[in-house]
Parts: sequence; C-alpha cells; structure tokens
Amino acid sequence: MDSDSRRTKGTVVHSAESTRSSPFPDEVLERVLSILESRKDRSSVSLVCRDWYNAERWSRTHVFIGNCYAVSPGMVARRFPRIRSVTLKGKPRFSDFSLVPDDWGADIHCWLVVFALKYPFLEELRLKRMSVSDESLEFLSLNFLNFKALSLVSCDGFSTNGLAAIATHCKNLTELDIHENDVDDKSGSWLSCFPENFTTLEVLNFANLSNDVNFDALQRLVSRCKSLKVLKINKGISLEQLLELLVCAPQLMELGTGSFSQELMAGQNGELGSAFNNCKSLHTLSGLWDATAAYLPALFPACANLTFLNLSYATLQSGEFSKLLAHCPLLRRLWVMDTVEDKGLESIGANCPLLEELRVFPADPFDEDIHGVTEAGFVAVSYGCRRLHYVLFFCRQMTNAAVATIVQNCPDFTHFRLCIMNPGQPDYLTNEPMDEAFGSVVKTCTKLQRLSVSGLLSDLTFEYIGKYAKNLETLSVAFAGSSDWGMQCVLGGCPKLRKLEIRDCPFGNAALLSGLEKYESMRSLWMSSCKVTMNGCRHLARKMPRLNVEVMKDDLRDDSHAYKVYVYRSLAGPRTDAPPSVLTL
Amino acid sequence: MSAEDSSDDGGELDLGLALTLGGGGGKEAGTSSVRSRIFTAFPSASSSSSSSTLSTANASAGTKRSAHSVAAAASQVVGWPPIRAYRMNSMANQAKTLETEEFNAIIKKNRSKTNNNDTNGSAKVRATLFVKVNMDGVPIGRKVDLHALSSYETLAQTLQDMFQQPTAPVTATRSSIQDDFMEGARRPSTVLDGSSEFVLTYEDKDGDWMLVGDVPWGIFLSSVKRLKVMRTSEATGLGI
Repeated sequence: MDSDSRRTKGTVVHSAESTRSSPFPDEVLERVLSILESRKDRSSVSLVCRDWYNAERWSRTHVFIGNCYAVSPGMVARRFPRIRSVTLKGKPRFSDFSLVPDDWGADIHCWLVVFALKYPFLEELRLKRMSVSDESLEFLSLNFLNFKALSLVSCDGFSTNGLAAIATHCKNLTELDIHENDVDDKSGSWLSCFPENFTTLEVLNFANLSNDVNFDALQRLVSRCKSLKVLKINKGISLEQLLELLVCAPQLMELGTGSFSQELMAGQNGELGSAFNNCKSLHTLSGLWDATAAYLPALFPACANLTFLNLSYATLQSGEFSKLLAHCPLLRRLWVMDTVEDKGLESIGANCPLLEELRVFPADPFDEDIHGVTEAGFVAVSYGCRRLHYVLFFCRQMTNAAVATIVQNCPDFTHFRLCIMNPGQPDYLTNEPMDEAFGSVVKTCTKLQRLSVSGLLSDLTFEYIGKYAKNLETLSVAFAGSSDWGMQCVLGGCPKLRKLEIRDCPFGNAALLSGLEKYESMRSLWMSSCKVTMNGCRHLARKMPRLNVEVMKDDLRDDSHAYKVYVYRSLAGPRTDAPPSVLTL
Repeated sequence: MSAEDSSDDGGELDLGLALTLGGGGGKEAGTSSVRSRIFTAFPSASSSSSSSTLSTANASAGTKRSAHSVAAAASQVVGWPPIRAYRMNSMANQAKTLETEEFNAIIKKNRSKTNNNDTNGSAKVRATLFVKVNMDGVPIGRKVDLHALSSYETLAQTLQDMFQQPTAPVTATRSSIQDDFMEGARRPSTVLDGSSEFVLTYEDKDGDWMLVGDVPWGIFLSSVKRLKVMRTSEATGLGI
C-alpha cells in the first residue's frame, strides 16, 4: 500500500494505474488536505483511494504514534516523508504507578537516529512515558538545526545534563516542557546554558525540577523572550522573585508559580496584586505550592479571566478556597486537593457554572482518618456545574444513589474516573456493590469515552458496560469483577474499545481469549495480577500473529502463572529490545 | 506491617531477606490463605481469590477487611491508589518544607479524629518520605515511606514484607538491623538459585553506598536517597 511514488517538486505526475476520477492535480489535492489536522480525518482520507492516500501522506506534517512499538521508525519515515512534528507514547500507563520495570524499553534513541536521517528539519517532539537518555537529548540538540519544541511527560532516564544540552544547542527553541518526569536532578545550572542572545522561547515549564536555578539567569531569560506565553517555575523560586518575573512578563497566558508562602515585605503584597492585575492575558494558573491564605488575595485580580486553575499541589482548606473561587466565574477546568473537603466542593458548584473538568486528588491517600471529599461534595458540584464532562475523583466513600444523581445532572460525561481508594469497598450506606453506580454512568452518559471503575463490583458492572458503553475507548479496572464473564462482556460489547487495563481481577484465560478478534482493533490490553496463565498467553500469541504478547515475569517461582501481560497490535513484529524480565511469546 | 498481618504459620522468626518466595510452609500458588495481603479482598460473590503478586506481600487470609488492616495494607500495594509517583513524592517534599507554626497547628488539629465538616478543615499533610527500594534479582523496584516507620527494625520488617513472605509473626528483637539480615541469611535457603545472603544498603546524598544501620535513625532519614537490598557477595567495600 505504500507506493514510493516520488514526485519532483512542481511537476504533476499522473498515476498510471488509476483512472483519474478527480480533475485536481496532486498539488491541489495536497494543498486541500494539508488543512486537515484531525488524525481521524486524515486516516479516513487516506483510505479513499491511492491518490488520496498519497496526497495525504505527502501533506502530513504531524504524526501521532500512540504505542511506539506498534510501528517501526523506518515504516513511519517511509510513509510520511514530510514530518515536522512527532508525538510518541511508550510504556503502558500503569508504569506511572510503578508496575513496569525500569528497563522495560520505549527508548527514544532508535527513533532519533532515523529521524536525523529522514526528518532533519524536525521541529517538535512530544514524548510520553518514553525512556530518554542524556545522550539522546544531546543527539537531538545537535542533529536537528531547526528544532523548536520539546515536551517530556512522565518520561525517565535523563538528567538535567540533558536539558543543558538542549538549552545550549537549540538556537531556535520555542518550547521546553518538562512535566512530571523521573529526572535525575543534578543541578539547576542547565538554565544558565541558554545563550545570552537567545530570545525565541515561548513555553518554559520546569516545575518538575527541584534544584534551584540561577535566578538572575532566569530573570534575564524571561525579560528578553518577549514571546514567552507559558512560564511554569519550580518550588525554589520565592514569591518575591515571582513578583520580579511577573513585572518582566505581563504578557503571560499560563503561569505556574513557585512556592507561594514566603514572607513578603511590607508593600510587596500590594505589588504582587498589581503585577497580577497587569497580566491581562493570564488564563491558566498552577503551582501554588504551600499556598497560604495570606497571599491568595494577591491572585484575585488575575482570577477574573482564569479558565484553568490547578490547585492540586496547594493544600487549601475550604474557607480560603471558597474566597478564591468567588473571583473565578469563568473557570472551565479545576484541579484541587481533597483538603478543601465537601464544603469546598459546594463552593465550586456555587461559583463555577461553566466548569467542564474537575479533578480532586487525595492529600494523603494512605491515611484512613482523613475525611477528604465524599459523595455529598460530588453531588453538590453536579448541581451547580451542569456542563461537567470530565471528572477524576479520589474519595473514601461513595453510594450508588449519589452517582445516579450526578450523572442525571451531568449527562454529558466523556471521562468518568472514580477512585474509591479502599479496594473492593461497597456502597457505604446500603453495603451493596457499586454496580448500579457505574450502570447509571454508562446508561446515561452516551458520549462516554473513558471510564475508570472502583469499589466493590460484580460482573454486573461489566454487563452494563458491555451493553451500554457504545463510545467507550478506554477502560481501567482494578480489584473488581467476579468471574471471566465480566471481562467477556466488555470484550463482547464496547465496539470502540481501544485500551483496556486491568489489575487484580479474577479474569483468566477464558476471558483473555474471548477477545481474540477484538485485540487487533485495539491499541493495547494490560492485565496484571489476574488469573491468566502462560498457556493462555501462548495460545493467544499463536492464534494472533499480528499481536505482540508480552509477559513480565516478576514472580520467579511460578512458571505457569502469567503475572503481567501486555498485548498490543503491531506492524513491526515482536520487539527486539525487550529486557530479560519481559518474555515475548 | 503489624503482627496481625503476618501469616499464622508457626516457625522461627525470619527477618532475613532470603528469597523464600515459596515460603509459608511451601504452600502453592493459588491457595488464598497465604497469598496476597488484603487485596484478595474480592467480593464475596467471587469464586476465588486473586492470583498472587509479588507486589502485594504475603500475609494472612485475605478476606479480612477491617479498616485498620486495609489502611496498613493500602500502603503495601504497589501502584494503589493510582497516583503518579511524581505526585506522591511532590506532596512528600512539600510537606517537609512546611516548617511553619501553621503547619504544626494543622497537624495538631488533626490528631483528634473529627467528623466535623466545618471550616476549621482537616488539611492534614503528613510528611512522607518515599524512597526507591531495589533488590538484587527482582526487576521491579518498590517505594517505601520512611517517615511512616520509626526505626531500623520496622524498616527491616517492612522490606521483608515487601519482598518475601514472613514465616512467623514479628517478635521484638533488639538486634541490629544487619544482624537480622545476616541471621536470616544463615537460615537454610529455599531460593531457586541457592544463594540467600543479602544486606541492606543505601545511597546517601553524596552518592555513596553505605550499610544501613550504622548511624542514628534520624541522621539516616536526612541523608538517604534510596535503598538497595544487595547480595552479600556483591556488597564489597562496605565493611561487612
């Protein structure tokens, strides 16, 4: 399907094989298709006919690879000759929770080597859950002269030395986004590697790093980068220093503060307030570590235009939180810690009618004595925020009735991620399983794309999911289900399922193998601590040669039990870089 | 972590970190009683318990679901609740820097358990100190919260729980932590490869690898970066 039809620029070559049904020359078709941005649209377009396939592949400038092992770098380069921007995702999502060995793979380097050859004009690289070494970062900085944007999310394997290489060599850098990685933070000196004549930065996020950077260097950088739109600094930067930065960069659209709690000198609190007041374009605010009530009012002038407020690292209590929220009527996305409790959630319902996304994180997940947030708070939000469609909610108690009310109020959920932190916990009022809760979610929320379930759940939950969740693409399950039937229901239903991740459930080989036909239409399946055996996995691997079936062996003693299974479709065949602890069947 | 969670087999105290994964009297994979910690807490509708995981250390019958034991166990299960390691560590470090009176006041307020939903709030932020623990021969590292532990003894017990099944209830032994390990190492090993001698080491702030137990607990806490359970044969130069 990938004819290597090369064309010289400016000439039109009529494809000999096809009777041209459209009067457009290739270039026109390409120009039209180049407007298309959506991956799904492009995918559809490429299937129309050979001409369209070719026009699409020549006009594509951004490629998204959801699983780095689904395809090889060479294949990508052969099909898409003009890529300027690459997004790559590597490890299974559960690696975020330490369920995947460090040496599992997803190393970026082999990709970079191919890119250096085939895409020397590569401008953007966005990586998630990939292993990235300092050598790779240095290679990147030296081999792509026009490189502009680097985003590393939840990656590992590199240190601040690698960042120093990027800062030193990437003369055209516009974006450096270092977000929630496992970085070896050696020193803050990387920031001082930006040359004094470097002015192109638009996005700088180093909140991930803990070592102090040279503040003067940072301040000069911020001052001379007039196009800087996003600045997210780390904890080491004080409130006083933040003030200085804000004064240099009133054009900021997204700000991540440093520590928000040092003592300010008399008068500086007012200066801070007016600095925030001058940031007329500010729509996103985050950071706010150690935020204390005393300094929050300085934020008020900036709150009127805020659409995204990330307080998930600020241990605010309901009083000061409510006061803050009263100034944020336009909020669409809000992340908080459960220290604000139900009263805080009530004030969300009262103040933020436009809210679309809410995430509530636990301040101390392992302490049962903490009240945190409950179903009452969630219900209160749902009454006030009818447009809510994305929720991530960590709590210690929930009821079926509450969830039913919530989805009745907010039927447009696309992402419903509920984590009742005590595994296998029933409805705390009725002591029944939470089946009806998730039943009501899938029955009511017809647009649901992503679902995470928790609490005491029988197979009935999965019957509901299989039957009603017609648009579900991602399902996460833990400590749930009664038998193979549960997983079979999901695999037998859910026509749009792409990612299924399961841990600690009583699903075995019968369940695993019931999805034989389905796995090729999915990106991946993860099953850990279930009842699947090696024989079951081998059977799957035998029947479905276009799937990679990988088993991670941790339990050294039990050869028959398949401890962690990761199944994914791949055009590239079994991978060659698996560590010894990963068996490819 | 406490005595109630240990297996009900009799037998000697074994604080060594021999890889007695088949332990608990040689019970097989699949039997519920010695397998996972609380997280065979399947619904009673379930036909059988979960399969074991190395990560859920082994303990007594899994259907106990008292709040206390679950809470204790919750911190033992790898990757649950599903919060990115980055965020957990962030909250840990954040709590540490809150050295103000306000912080102490919050903590004091929350010592007494209250059901009061009032605005006095209960923003309890316990200072956690998660460090990575790796063990020779085990591909996946774990994380342990050192601030949740009080002494080298509890550290030894926690690590033992994490990486193997205890064969007996913990009794209060006074011996130094390394003696505990060495003692365990001297026991007959049931490990497949025949070697069972381990020592506990840590990397300090200067990047040096040291034997755990030489300095007072508090000083250890302030300098430890990560832990490693090493085979004695590999741990040369540490003054063993």
